[in-house]
Amino acid sequence: MTTPGDVGSLLDLRAVTKSFLGVRVLDRVDLDVAPGEVHAVVGENGAGKSTLMKIISGGYAPDEGTVVFAGEARRFRGPRDAGRAGIGIIHQELALLPDRTVAENIHLGHEPVRRGLVDRREMRARTSALFASMGAGPVPADALVGDLGVAQRQLVEIAKALALDARLLIMDEPTAALADHEAELLHALVRRLRSQGIGLLYVSHRLAEVFALSDRITVLKDGRRVTTVPTAQTTTNQLVRHMVGRDLSGYYPGRADPGDLGPVRLTVQGGGNAKLRGIDLRLRAGEVVGVGGLQGSGRSALARALFGVTPFTSGVVELENRPIRVASPRAAMRAGIAYVSEDRKGEGITARQSVLDNALLAGRALGGAWTGRAARVTRMRGLLDAVDVRSAGTDQEIRFLSGGNQQKVVLARWLALGPRVILFDEPTRGIDVGAKAAVYDVVRRLARDGAAVLMISSDLPELLGMSDRIIVMREGRIAGQVPAGASEADVVALAMGAVAAT
Amino acid sequence: MQDTLPRRALPVRAGGPLPILAILGVLLVLVAIRQPDFLAPASLMSFLGRSAPIILLAAGQYFVIVSGEFDLSVGSLVTAEVVIAARLIDGDPDRTWPVMALVLVSAAFVGLVNGLITSWLRVPSFITTLGMLLILVGAVYLWSDGSPKGELSEQFRRFGRRAVEDVPVLGRVPYALLIVLLLAVLATVLMRSDFGRILVAVGDNPRAAELSGVRVGRTRTIAFVLSGCAAGVAAILLGGYSGVSFQAGSGLEFSAITAVVLGGVALGGGRGSVAGAMLGALTLELLFALMNFFGVSGTVRPAVQGAIILLAVAVSAARSPSR
Amino acid sequence: MSALSFRAARRTVPGVYLALVLTLAIGWLVVVLSGGTLFTQATVVSLLHVAAGLGLVAVGQTLVIIGGSLDLSVAYVVSLSTLVAAEAMNGSDTALLPGVLLALAVSAGIGLLNGLLIARTRIDAFIATLGVGLLLKGYLDSGYDGPAGATSPALVQALGYQRIGPVPMSFLLLAAVAAGAWLTLRRTRFGHHLLAVGGDPEVARLSGVRNDRVLVAAHVLCSLCAGLAGVYLAARLGSGAPRVGTEGIYDLESIAAVVIGGTALAGGRGGVAGTVGGVLLLAGLDAVFNQLQLDAFAKQVVRGVVIIGAVAVYARRVIGKGRS
Repeated sequence: MTTPGDVGSLLDLRAVTKSFLGVRVLDRVDLDVAPGEVHAVVGENGAGKSTLMKIISGGYAPDEGTVVFAGEARRFRGPRDAGRAGIGIIHQELALLPDRTVAENIHLGHEPVRRGLVDRREMRARTSALFASMGAGPVPADALVGDLGVAQRQLVEIAKALALDARLLIMDEPTAALADHEAELLHALVRRLRSQGIGLLYVSHRLAEVFALSDRITVLKDGRRVTTVPTAQTTTNQLVRHMVGRDLSGYYPGRADPGDLGPVRLTVQGGGNAKLRGIDLRLRAGEVVGVGGLQGSGRSALARALFGVTPFTSGVVELENRPIRVASPRAAMRAGIAYVSEDRKGEGITARQSVLDNALLAGRALGGAWTGRAARVTRMRGLLDAVDVRSAGTDQEIRFLSGGNQQKVVLARWLALGPRVILFDEPTRGIDVGAKAAVYDVVRRLARDGAAVLMISSDLPELLGMSDRIIVMREGRIAGQVPAGASEADVVALAMGAVAAT
Repeated sequence: MQDTLPRRALPVRAGGPLPILAILGVLLVLVAIRQPDFLAPASLMSFLGRSAPIILLAAGQYFVIVSGEFDLSVGSLVTAEVVIAARLIDGDPDRTWPVMALVLVSAAFVGLVNGLITSWLRVPSFITTLGMLLILVGAVYLWSDGSPKGELSEQFRRFGRRAVEDVPVLGRVPYALLIVLLLAVLATVLMRSDFGRILVAVGDNPRAAELSGVRVGRTRTIAFVLSGCAAGVAAILLGGYSGVSFQAGSGLEFSAITAVVLGGVALGGGRGSVAGAMLGALTLELLFALMNFFGVSGTVRPAVQGAIILLAVAVSAARSPSR
Repeated sequence: MSALSFRAARRTVPGVYLALVLTLAIGWLVVVLSGGTLFTQATVVSLLHVAAGLGLVAVGQTLVIIGGSLDLSVAYVVSLSTLVAAEAMNGSDTALLPGVLLALAVSAGIGLLNGLLIARTRIDAFIATLGVGLLLKGYLDSGYDGPAGATSPALVQALGYQRIGPVPMSFLLLAAVAAGAWLTLRRTRFGHHLLAVGGDPEVARLSGVRNDRVLVAAHVLCSLCAGLAGVYLAARLGSGAPRVGTEGIYDLESIAAVVIGGTALAGGRGGVAGTVGGVLLLAGLDAVFNQLQLDAFAKQVVRGVVIIGAVAVYARRVIGKGRS
């Protein structure tokens, strides 16, 4: 076991700082990894873990601070550069070609060549040798990666990194998509790599495996390193406390009185599809139901199923006690459901159109009536004012607006339809504080006016501040529910499945 | 991020008609220097009438391109309609109106087929419409045994070559010009309508449009139908002006695309105005007229069009480094 | 996890050959029932000649499509190449080799232009090659009214008409080029990188592939193949022909052959073997139509339908695959 700053460090980060568009994502973070050490990095969504890993693996350059690798200060020009130096990264979304074989994927970019031709036999031999050294079961070198399961793809990705003689391996939530027995095998591999002297940076949300695997744990919060502790000297409870506990000074409008809640707007019984199982849900008029959970836990999939983007394939959905089939977004809109996507640029706005055209898009798509167009435009201008869109006029192209103002335009688009159920997926992601307050006001006003609101958020204070109750998702199911006034730790514990430990 | 936005100090809104008007102005000055009498009312009116078909095709192509697709079948569609009209009318004035209706309906139908194949069978539109080009040309040759049969009636041809006579100041105002002006107004009104705004939104971000309830496939199909209709009207004007031949519409799809690009419309969709596209067509025709004055052969037209397309796309690619 | 069984890599003969056999069988039946014969020496020879010209273009097209790109200028490159070759040779055998080399060099230059436009300025491949195609069309239209130049008699003899049994030399040339392309895709770094760039440019970049260079090289090779097809056609026709490429619809037909052969239009998947099958299928259809004495224009209509239909079938299949 090493102590921070040990001379024998494989990787040593000092005061690494990184900002995007003036927002400080990493703030003077120190981190070190020794050869043969598993160093776990934990933290909430948005704590800065991914950015940190990208800086180490050459994806981003730090604004300030130094990266020392194997005793040398390095400034990687790109992932390739870092890879050559001996830093491999296993991406959460695996970077493999499904239509190519295992051997071809592992050797992409550095194929062995004999007499001018790629030496397939050598590739196969090296592949087998790599898998043997990993102690993993045999993965046929000639199988197409697309035919493999997630667990095996992960092995291929690890082998790809090791093929370049990686001395430091970064694993970004490697077990997120694995079943338990598959995760076990991965753990065995991690231990084996450690025993071969490879340093591992292990990002994970599963606290149980963090405790089972790691030698030390670093907790990140809001871009800062909270603490680095030897695993043996801490507990789940302490970790969770380190991860949460921000001051709740943000502004949130008042919650609904239990007496104000109206009739049930939407119910789901036994809803399921490829990403969701056994969803039972009941939304009442006037309430804001928060949805917590980790990325990939099925939060977005739930909203997209309700809105008909990837519909439920099983179960019953009732809107105001009438069964409905939501087969497309259009059908959902006709039923009175609205959806604000988390991907504003890809799914929310039409960037090169004007503010007004963006705001009117949904109404126009549904409308078709030639009458009342002028009234609709007038009403929309009023709405845009009401949600306080700051632009150089409603004719300005929306791409020139700030993220917050773009979001307000999207809100106005849906407000105009008078939805009875409205689904928000990360409504305040990437927007400034002032705009956040405006969004919160709109969300609460919608509820007060009788809509049922479902709000997904990774921002725990926001989730706690806005919701009348919170459902927490894990692995495609609703893991549980916490009432208003619960603590961040309650939500995190449910989301990470650490309930048994507490 | 603050609310004081990084507003770009562009004097002109990108995709607006100002740049094309500037180019048009420069060309007019050059024409005025080289061939002053071209700008006399009589020859100018005749030029505008001649340009009518390509202006219409540019408008039709605009609908398709702004929604994010391409229509490469319009040239062959014009040829097909001209040949069909000639054979069906066969010089009989009584058949003029029914055949004219048939020309428009069948052209719209071809557009509908293009749209359905592209939207519902997910065939890339350039393959759909190139395949349609083969089918139309083959079918027309097949049907007329290799050389055009019959002839157009005078009633049919007057739209393409007659004019309102003795108009003060202007002299002869070709019917074709009046038809283009009328359709230009209609097209502009259409683009300002809900449908028009939705069409552009589909070209800009089909995913966002779909999640706002837009029926993307249907919208694009309508664009193809509009392009087909434009080709039908262009066929009537062109057949009237220059008569029946298998070359009637050849290469016009490229002229239309060039005109649209010249008019500031983004290939790939989401930006540009129908007025710009039509002005682009006028500019292209004026450029060809100018080349003619300078004794440049008309056979280099494709090369000029290719250069314009590459230049315009490269300029817009350079302006938006993201993507 | 080792308990899972694996399918062997799908490197078996593409399904297009089944379609080819079926097409020929049905075609044969129809021809026989209408009182003709399909598999005479003459029809086979002409089928293979048709396949040679289209095949050379399609093999090149395969390379760019696998790389996620596209080339719509090939038809004009074919025409230009016949002219360059025939005019340089000017009927003399001594100028045979310089003529061929010049034609190929010009073609490669056009490929370089295509590749640079697409890789460097990020212009959409469809638009870039359309624009370059129009440039060439303008040159051809303004420079030539009809056939020009004269192919060296030796080349006409060797490449245009000589054959071994029923197999023309030109088809052997196609076989050699296809084999070369097959080997390139399967056994060279460039081939591996090309498949990666077409499959997922980001993954390729992260793995250290120089995407731009790979794409430019693919376009040069594609145009070289089209240029070679032009040389063959010059040998077949005895002179340069400014419209031969467009009249042969080599642009659309080559893309269709590639797609029918199982190469994904989006890139990253497919191969030359399938393309050759697609070429033989299209040439086979052509032979059947000829034997049925189908009108040339009717043939064109059917071609259009077949091309759209084939792409529609494959588009459906790819979507179905993506959903599962």
